[in-house]
Amino acid sequence: MPGASVWFIRAALAYLLSGFTLGALLLAAKGLSLPLGVWRWLPVHVELLLVGWFVQLVMGVAYWIFPRFGMTRAARGREGLAWLALALLNGGIWAVSVAVLHGPVTLAVIGRAMEVLAAATMALNVWARTRASGISPM
Amino acid sequence: MPPITRWFVKFSLVYFVVALGGSVWQAAGGPFWLTPIIIHLLVVGWVTGMIFGVAYWMFPKYSAEQPRGMDGLAVASFVLLNLGLLLRIAAEPVQTTHPSAVAGWTLVVSAALQWLGALAFVVNTWPRVKGR
Repeated sequence: MPGASVWFIRAALAYLLSGFTLGALLLAAKGLSLPLGVWRWLPVHVELLLVGWFVQLVMGVAYWIFPRFGMTRAARGREGLAWLALALLNGGIWAVSVAVLHGPVTLAVIGRAMEVLAAATMALNVWARTRASGISPM
Repeated sequence: MPPITRWFVKFSLVYFVVALGGSVWQAAGGPFWLTPIIIHLLVVGWVTGMIFGVAYWMFPKYSAEQPRGMDGLAVASFVLLNLGLLLRIAAEPVQTTHPSAVAGWTLVVSAALQWLGALAFVVNTWPRVKGR
């Protein structure tokens, strides 16, 4: 597993646990009728799990497992682009999470823009690898 | 495919069908409490359950002696995640429409079980996420 995938997937596992922690608190709050203020964390719960867990895991596994170009260092495309996508995605998740709690709309826009750039960077890197593997009939 | 993966995948497929069945009911004017149930059947039951099962099967080996890590943790993650989700499905509509201490505390237990299920998965999977 390449280094960038290791960090994509470890980050995804960390977001899984932090997102489930918030989700458990919100569900317990529903059960115990806790003050409504806890529900301001709902968008963060959604961000951590949808982008931090699902999207990040898919990006990490795709970079690892898609067909490669031989066995060289460049076999998975440009490694720097994978690290850039990792940095952009995680910066975006943090920016959006802070923004939905504390309100600066500009920060939310910046965060979402970073996530879009992460997606575009990832797409650019795996586009050419989306092909027959060499052992596959198609 | 190891047995625990088969259980994860089969449960996730059932949740998938049930969630989309629920969405048909919702589209036909179903009750408002249905929305969080459908969402969590999809994101916890279907997607997360499928990921847990496939990751346990396909991720790099932990060691020659324990290729998939501690099997007990994988079984625990399956039982805890699914029991927690099923308790939620049972208790959330009751707590939403007729709040009671029993339904409320069932939701608390459900939350704890699902969290522990995720923790068991992370603890077992983390050491398998590694380079060569």
